[in-house]
Amino acid sequence: MKSIYFAFQSTLKMDSKDYLKDISEIKNLMNKSSRFISLSGLSGVLAGIYALVGAAIAFVLVKNSTRGYLILDGYIFKLCLLILALVAIFSIVTGIILTTKKAKKQGAKIWDTSSKRLVINFLIPLLTGGLYILILLFQGKYGQTAALMLIFYGLALVNASKFSIGDIKYLGIIDIILGLIAASFPGYGFWLWVIGFGIMHIIYGTWMHFKYDK
Amino acid sequence: MGIINNINKAFDHRIRLGIMSILMVNEYADFKMLKDLLEVTDGNLASHTKALEKVEYIKVEKQFIGRKPNTRYYTTKLGELEFKKHINALEKLINKQ
Repeated sequence: MKSIYFAFQSTLKMDSKDYLKDISEIKNLMNKSSRFISLSGLSGVLAGIYALVGAAIAFVLVKNSTRGYLILDGYIFKLCLLILALVAIFSIVTGIILTTKKAKKQGAKIWDTSSKRLVINFLIPLLTGGLYILILLFQGKYGQTAALMLIFYGLALVNASKFSIGDIKYLGIIDIILGLIAASFPGYGFWLWVIGFGIMHIIYGTWMHFKYDK
Repeated sequence: MGIINNINKAFDHRIRLGIMSILMVNEYADFKMLKDLLEVTDGNLASHTKALEKVEYIKVEKQFIGRKPNTRYYTTKLGELEFKKHINALEKLINKQ
């Protein structure tokens, strides 16, 4: 036993680099297998800009309408829904394109177990919220739409953060808080939506871009 | 002597260490996921999973998804314990240098 020990120790110096390599490989595999980390910060910035542009168009449309406020069955309301849908579609497409690009650069697979898990966990709260908002709209209740969008989007981010860059959790929490404030002060829903989806995305995306993409 | 004892022969290979690392942070992994992450051939991976299965550090579940056979790997309690011991031993060895 003793001789084995000495033999082991003499190779120890030589192997210590290998052990370090082992540890770093273990960490790398643990991260790679459980989290999808190729999310692009830049796509967050662009999503924020789309949201601001969409909000500005909606704002001008409503202000210039004959009433100056939104009613549920007017055509301006339908236009606003269309703008919302376009903002969402542009954001998703940009996100997919830029994230694919980043994943390719990092040599990661875009559609593997970790990205699937991320998408599923992101979509469960988000689609629940989306359907809930639609149900309310069909019932003629639209006062809480901005608040509910912020709250459910925030919950989706918090849920997804376990399977991606952990930092997106904080954006989620900020959006949940903004949503709750919007629910308490319905008149400010629009402006809180602008902060949550527009400005916060830009700030957060910029921060993520410099932290992870550079 | 204690540290040396905790260096586990079963983990003394890059691929076996990799399999355990992945299974430690995932509920389970299937054959394809392990293969993609570790970048090894089928035969190579199979021989290493078998080695870990033999010492009961991982358990294997075979099932069908539709008509395709699917093999899932899980860690066992014993495997988790031994892996943690192994990591601690590695860290101690590195810190000693």
